[in-house]
Amino acid sequence: MIEVQHLTKRYGPVTAVDDVSFKAERGEILGFLGPNGAGKTTTMRVLTGYMPATDGKAIVAGYDVLEQPVEAKRRTGYLPETPPLYPDMTVEDYLAFCARIKGVPRLERAGRLQSVMEKTQIADVRKRHCGKLSKGYKQRVGLAQALLHNPDVLILDEPTAGLDPKQQNETRRLIKGLGGDHTIILSTHILPEVSQTCNRIVIINRGRVVAVDTPDNLTARLRGSETMYVQVDAMGADAEGTLSSVPGVTHVSQSDRRDGIVGYQVESEAGRDVRRQLASTVVGNGWGLLELRPMRMSLEEIFLQIITTEDAAAAPEAAPAEVTNE
Amino acid sequence: MNNILAIAHKELKGYFASPIAYVVIGLYAVMFGYFFYALLLYFDRQSMQMAGLGGGGGAVNVNEQLIRPVFLNTTVIFLFILPMVTMRTYSEEKRSGTIELLLTAPLTDFQIIAGKFLGAMGLYAAMLAITVPHIGLLFYLGNPEWVPIVITYLGLLLMGGCFISVGLFISSLTKNQIVAVMATFTVFLMLWVINWIASFTGPRTQEVLNYLSITDHLDDFTRGVIDTKHLVYYLSFISFGLYLTMRSVDTERWRG
Repeated sequence: MIEVQHLTKRYGPVTAVDDVSFKAERGEILGFLGPNGAGKTTTMRVLTGYMPATDGKAIVAGYDVLEQPVEAKRRTGYLPETPPLYPDMTVEDYLAFCARIKGVPRLERAGRLQSVMEKTQIADVRKRHCGKLSKGYKQRVGLAQALLHNPDVLILDEPTAGLDPKQQNETRRLIKGLGGDHTIILSTHILPEVSQTCNRIVIINRGRVVAVDTPDNLTARLRGSETMYVQVDAMGADAEGTLSSVPGVTHVSQSDRRDGIVGYQVESEAGRDVRRQLASTVVGNGWGLLELRPMRMSLEEIFLQIITTEDAAAAPEAAPAEVTNE
Repeated sequence: MNNILAIAHKELKGYFASPIAYVVIGLYAVMFGYFFYALLLYFDRQSMQMAGLGGGGGAVNVNEQLIRPVFLNTTVIFLFILPMVTMRTYSEEKRSGTIELLLTAPLTDFQIIAGKFLGAMGLYAAMLAITVPHIGLLFYLGNPEWVPIVITYLGLLLMGGCFISVGLFISSLTKNQIVAVMATFTVFLMLWVINWIASFTGPRTQEVLNYLSITDHLDDFTRGVIDTKHLVYYLSFISFGLYLTMRSVDTERWRG
């Protein structure tokens, strides 16, 4: 449905997107993840035909965006980073105008308008001027505009930015619900959002694709070893050496210490469960076992790990890329 | 065509949703009214004098001595007002990001530009409509010929089209409306006075300069003459302005 081949975009001397390739199948929700300035917006702008690529090809719904822009655009809905609203127009007038330029047949317009306003829950502000809406409503009117012509492909640039947590959840649920019929690319720098909504993740950093995989596979791929968190009351003794000697344990490091109670991070060989031995060792020494739990790498850590290794490899002297989390 | 009209309709509504349309039309009405009144007084005295000399009222021609000077003199108002109409056409869309909506909708650049052009022309036509009652009054009081008047309006529409196409182009170059308005005004003024130095130059240059002057071409229209020379000039000027706008929008895309 969406195919991007060796896409490159340069702004003068600056390369914003560098040889990016990926694919999205029909009905798939693809998450575009990367720090600010990684090239997410640029890639999306090329896909929507807003700007041409310097090199490479982008095919949307079977049409090359450069060769047959009008056909490709007819099948694409786009929500830019800032919702493109006319402040002097009412929500209803705005959507009617959008429906008209997107080629929704005259007789279907009223029906489509009604249905997208219900879907995005903006029917209550239909008579208000776009410029007077709150950020959350603006965002949803922008989303409504993208859905109007029932496009095959939806491209959403940070669709939940500026929404409160409740609205964020509703929007995510809405996007997830659209997944079956539409192919969706959504960009975000909010990690839980991708793991909740997306089937596949493209991690992009400094204009390059760093990883493409499902959220589960990404998590698994990066978990080379298992890590446990063990909190011990060792009555003043040093438990680190004892814990290291447990069979299967590869590395032990102290992570926190308070009033003689020490927390350790215990790494073990992959696929080997050392919880029983750890517990019996601690208890066997007469210490108090206060906590024992596996530490899962969150997507956040994976992401940070991927982009920091990438940055270190690319430019050792450069400062780590700025990452914004929520 | 439907797409062009959709954009034109949106533009026109945009003018009337903001104070721009009312300010522009209001200012024009005040200035035109004053010009009309002043020239009417002048015309009145002239015809009195003619009558006093025994020539009779028939010696003065309403078309030639009142309507034509009114329109030729009031074109200067457009010089100030039309930049205000065109300044926001592109600048505003770029600043607010709505240009992303237009450029990612299934529209061609030409449809967007033609729509914006027609929208601005609509507002301009509304300004011209303000002058109709004044002229209508003359039909009530006197007996002017209507054909030259219709042709004058045609000429005014074409002349305004030239200004608007240049204004669109300049607006497409910048995000800043003040820059757009000042640059447009300067270009209009230059096109206005470009033939002032004509009589000081050689015959060839003189011809070129006279040909370039936008207002010079209006003269024949106000006499009630449709000369293809002037039609060609105005239409090619408009096409060129719109073409430049298209190039500018396209270049902007590549530059990103």
